[in-house]
Amino acid sequence: MKGPTESFPVAANRELGNAQLRSNLGNATSTIRAKRARVVEELPDWEALRDAGSAIKADVLANLDTYLLQFEQALTAAGATVHWARDGAEACAVVAEVARAHGADEVVKVKSLTTDEIELNATLAAQGIHALETDFAELILQLDGDWSSHILVPAIHRNRTEIRDLFQRTIAPDITSDEPGVLAEAARVYLRERFLNAKVGVSGANFGVAETGTLCVVESEGNGRMCTTLPPVLVSIIGIEKLVPSFADLEVFLQLLPRSSTGERMNPYTSLWTGVTEGDGPQELHVVLLDNGRTRVLEDEVGRQALHCIRCSACLNVCPVYSRTGGHAYGSVYPGPIGAILTPQLIGIENAPSLPFASSLCGACYEVCPVKIDIPRVLLHLREKSVDAVGGRTERAAMSGVGWVFGRAWRLRLAQRIGRVLQRPFVRDGVIRRLPPPLSAWTDSRDLRPIAPAHPSDENSGNDDE
Amino acid sequence: MKLGLFSTCVADTMFPDAVRATASVLERLGHEVVVPREQTCCGQMHLNAGYRRDAQPLADRFVATFAGFEAVVCPSSSCVGTIRELYPQLLGIDNQITERVFELSEFLVDQLGVEDLGAAYPHRVTYHPTCHSLRVTKVGDAPLRLLRNVRGLELVELPDATECCGFGGTFSLKNAATSSAILADKCQSIESTGAEVCTALDGSCLLQIGGGLSRGGDRARAVHIAEILASR
Amino acid sequence: MSDARSQILDRIRTATGGAAAPPESRREYRHHDERSHAERVELFCERVGDYQAEVKRVHRDQLRAAIRNALKRHQAKRVAIPASFPQAWLSPSVEFIHDQGLTARELDGFDAVVTGCSVAIAETGTIVTTGGQYEGRRLLSLVPDLHICIVSESQIVGLVPEALAQVQLLVSRQRRPLTFISGPSATSDIELERVEGVHGPRKLVVLVVGEENP
Repeated sequence: MKGPTESFPVAANRELGNAQLRSNLGNATSTIRAKRARVVEELPDWEALRDAGSAIKADVLANLDTYLLQFEQALTAAGATVHWARDGAEACAVVAEVARAHGADEVVKVKSLTTDEIELNATLAAQGIHALETDFAELILQLDGDWSSHILVPAIHRNRTEIRDLFQRTIAPDITSDEPGVLAEAARVYLRERFLNAKVGVSGANFGVAETGTLCVVESEGNGRMCTTLPPVLVSIIGIEKLVPSFADLEVFLQLLPRSSTGERMNPYTSLWTGVTEGDGPQELHVVLLDNGRTRVLEDEVGRQALHCIRCSACLNVCPVYSRTGGHAYGSVYPGPIGAILTPQLIGIENAPSLPFASSLCGACYEVCPVKIDIPRVLLHLREKSVDAVGGRTERAAMSGVGWVFGRAWRLRLAQRIGRVLQRPFVRDGVIRRLPPPLSAWTDSRDLRPIAPAHPSDENSGNDDE
Repeated sequence: MKLGLFSTCVADTMFPDAVRATASVLERLGHEVVVPREQTCCGQMHLNAGYRRDAQPLADRFVATFAGFEAVVCPSSSCVGTIRELYPQLLGIDNQITERVFELSEFLVDQLGVEDLGAAYPHRVTYHPTCHSLRVTKVGDAPLRLLRNVRGLELVELPDATECCGFGGTFSLKNAATSSAILADKCQSIESTGAEVCTALDGSCLLQIGGGLSRGGDRARAVHIAEILASR
Repeated sequence: MSDARSQILDRIRTATGGAAAPPESRREYRHHDERSHAERVELFCERVGDYQAEVKRVHRDQLRAAIRNALKRHQAKRVAIPASFPQAWLSPSVEFIHDQGLTARELDGFDAVVTGCSVAIAETGTIVTTGGQYEGRRLLSLVPDLHICIVSESQIVGLVPEALAQVQLLVSRQRRPLTFISGPSATSDIELERVEGVHGPRKLVVLVVGEENP
């Protein structure tokens, strides 16, 4: 999995300058947030559903080996072929092999973060196989060589006229209108023919049921149904953490996911298939169980709750950081608060050390998470790991210095006094407008309240300690 | 009651009037208030920045300083949140005193059952609920109940009130551009209310909001809630 | 690949070994709907309507006419139906073609499809098909542009857990594929503006059949 190539503050700085991104993202996040709030409020048992979702996921992780074996057995009995992949390369190799075996130079794909994570499209392309994205937004991005900025609405940073122009250059030369309905129709016409001809479909899965071997894809457009029913061969790649123990457990997640994700009571289409059904849908099914860093996440008792994630994107929409910077700043297919805790764990903290700091710790993500991932708690945990792994010497020294000052009351008083002297040249009309680096990071955009002339902790009678 | 007042490093250094106001509100209600000289910082910054081990002695120091009080009151919900939630979670401190640390407004309303302090503050005021007060300390509507009983105070609702101000401790420096972008929207919301004063429970957030309002030449000022509640 | 299998399982066991057992899952959410039958049917119709689907309540005796009228309203001439669809519902004036192994490409030339369902969920306005004899294969209700779905009032349950309980055995014993349908296909990918109809049927008509005159 690819990690960020630059630190979050650097990437965020650039993204913050993109006015269109800021405005589209602001609108999108606030709209979806309001929709979510409405449909969540409607359910009297929302908190009980969250509790159940969280407990089911904790059970899955604690007994993951058992559930995976059960899943494998059920799938095999249902006529599927099960593959295990330690990393992305092994998973991609399965897809390539299946495509080659059926003489397919194109596969049709359901939108899937897991396949993005393992860079399936690029890997297949290198072997002469085109992986066609069929989700509307993913198709737009693929046609333009762009990448996703939001888990749910990946092309939210693009406007209708840009998309119209893109379609003119690519799939619909005669298109003139930029109405979303017309653009969607163009994609429908373009993809319909490809669906009808497809030999191999590729999907991820939102859930896999250990008990029955059932796979589940939740979607809106119908491209997921097309990819999982029309081609004679289907390969489904599923992260090992996506299991639920029993079929009945889906009753929890099929309530939590749509309401948290799109803010709908239910998404338009949910497909559940159990192996191969004679005369209906693909007659050859391959299921790839993907590790790719997940067992590494599992090792961390605090951090493993990130594997509860059902990819709803509710945390993105409420995050003050994400809703300003957008997904690209996170340099990973998993953006936002969940990305800030998942990416560093999947690829190693040393490869994404700035991500756990990309948060004001406001806690809004935890509040909306349908499976109760305590994201702020994991952020703190990963910050400590980041500091231990790659913490800068200057910061370390500064923190130790501040710790030393706070270690005795007299030192704090002394520091307050010294600070009062040092700030003198900078105070104008009762505020500080400019400070030298590194404190200029504050004063570049904000005034600073100066240190006060006297301090309450120094106003009591008594001797200083020690 | 004999109350310890934890002034917090930020308020002690930059918002001393908020600490004095906290003491005076509590004393007027007949309590004995002590501001121990030995206090420094709860360790929040270190805990939040990934320096847990450096926070340990500060937490131990807090516990030792305040162990003898019936309750500890503090004009900062994020420090209270740190002590009540993070001390047990991250530092293994499961001391009785951590459960008796309260933010001022929740102490007044939930512990003492007082909502009218006889305060007067003839200004148009908007209230920013800080993230820690909403989601960690969970003070609920205690601050609003108190503000509604202040004579002459016109309380105006803040649009998108529950949005973060962008402070986030070291986040405000490490991710200064993002922090400022979040702050800009908060300042705009405050200005849209036409308020003269934006109040909150946390000095740190007020440092951020006040800095933004002042830099933007905005009409509103940032004032700690304790100062409003102590006004006569 | 067996090597990958044992290595992944080993890593999992090492990672979770010795970990404390997680708390037992609590299931304190609603499992049974407390609404009356009439309220439930009413709610289902309202919620399906929220998805911009057409909802019509019809008496059992009027079903045949209702199907015919819906097809006429949408100018649907070539209409596919599952292989064993009840003859009684078929109006002789319409060209109904039974799905005896139609290919997807053949289906693409159809204007509409009429199917039944297995269970419907009031609270979410969802129809669940399970490949039963009135529902047919999955591609049937996917490829044509208009889907007319017949829901009997008695098939409507209140809650998601009630619906799953009803179809559970079809999955665990017969491995039947399920499709949950909540309104027509839709996308909000461009500037969050909702467009009905991308790849699945652009129109969904739900006929709710009861014993009483609506």
